[in-house]
Amino acid sequence: MIEIIKQYGLAYLCWDGYNVSGTAMTLWLLVLSCGMGFCLALPLAIARNARSRIIRFPVWLFTFIFRGTPLYVQLLLIYSGLYQLNFVHQHVLLNDFFRQAINCTVLSFLLNTGAYTTEIFAGAIRETSHGEVDAALAMGMSRFTMYRRIIIPSALRRALPVYSNEVILMLHATTLAFTATVPDLLKVANDAYSATYDPFDAFTLAALLYLCISFALIFGFRRAERRFLAYLQP
Amino acid sequence: MFDLAGYGPQLLSGTVTTIELSLLSLLVSFLLGLLGATAKLSKHRIFKGVATIYTTIIRGVPDLVLMLLIFYSLQIWVNDFTGWLNNLQSTYSFGLQLDPFTSGTITLGFIYGAYFTETFRGAFLAVPKGQLEAARAFGMRSGLVFRRVLFPQMMRHALPGLGNNWQVILKATALVSIIGLSDVIKAAQAAGEATYRSFFFICIAGAVYLVLTILSNGVLMLLERKYAIGVRRAVL
Repeated sequence: MIEIIKQYGLAYLCWDGYNVSGTAMTLWLLVLSCGMGFCLALPLAIARNARSRIIRFPVWLFTFIFRGTPLYVQLLLIYSGLYQLNFVHQHVLLNDFFRQAINCTVLSFLLNTGAYTTEIFAGAIRETSHGEVDAALAMGMSRFTMYRRIIIPSALRRALPVYSNEVILMLHATTLAFTATVPDLLKVANDAYSATYDPFDAFTLAALLYLCISFALIFGFRRAERRFLAYLQP
Repeated sequence: MFDLAGYGPQLLSGTVTTIELSLLSLLVSFLLGLLGATAKLSKHRIFKGVATIYTTIIRGVPDLVLMLLIFYSLQIWVNDFTGWLNNLQSTYSFGLQLDPFTSGTITLGFIYGAYFTETFRGAFLAVPKGQLEAARAFGMRSGLVFRRVLFPQMMRHALPGLGNNWQVILKATALVSIIGLSDVIKAAQAAGEATYRSFFFICIAGAVYLVLTILSNGVLMLLERKYAIGVRRAVL
């Protein structure tokens, strides 16, 4: 264990000599995919509860497909499948985008977590108590103001416990980035393993770091819950 | 358009492997979950502590990391153990080669056992205590109490969580192709590389998973109906 820490300690944390790697890369992937997934999910969650079936159906189809297939399949599809299509290959912009492994990885992650988050937020919006909506309408708010001031803040608060679960599952899912040669924590551990032939120490070190990140996230979300859900506390 | 280029049989056998792997892992994790939940609710400090450590660590570490850890280390441990056995006596020569399927089943079962532990713990607590006491008062032994009273009622509360876990296990089997199992994804990748039509073949692998998800949704609905027998619902 000591040998691996001496030799690969920095790579496990943040820098492998050429690129950002290890824990820093994992956190960066997590922030990027969860941040963009959040921005994608919020409008989709509102559309998921729309009155018109023409708006509702495509969003349902999107979440159904992305929640019904493994993330690994989605990553493979975007990373190695799309690049073989001719129009992606010949288009300059698309070609540049899909040639970078990290772009493909983040794209597949954000679509996946976006789909799950959409369902979480849509459920929370659906559960908004009718009294809040009635009160907002009685105050003469427009639909837009009602969503901005009443429905969305209240739904996001109530979604927080489930959303924190999703973020931790996303942390676990970022390990898939190593199959697309992105130098995240698991890739560093795998490199350390293939150099030292010591799987137990190499992967245990990575597991401990992941455990620390998980605990930090759980702690942070618990603090956030205490702050934002104070009105629900007994 | 819909030309499998002769890779149909591989895709089919890969699909069968995926289904076998997920069902076996479900069985292992189901049993581990029952065991873990019993340990977590037991009065002994040691059992409780072990179960708590198990669920905390497993749910905090990504499944792929655990899978690589167990897949690569398990073989070394098995080799050490058989070597030790062979040193001890020389009449038999022991040896055991773990293939990706076995290690995949063990790993997935071990990981999702932790999730099942939490599901079952909640479900055990949801069964009214008075019923268990009544069963004991009838003179049933603990095995019989479990089989006749606790398990059938617990299942009703556990089913939604169980269904969720099953869907996650089904999708987690995709990871086992990373450690070399020839499942439906491996077959799709091989076919795609040979024919330069990765997009098409990976879409097929995705469609297989989608169909499996839809099928298991149907089965879960039937199960929920079966375990809801005799429960009065509020009419809204």
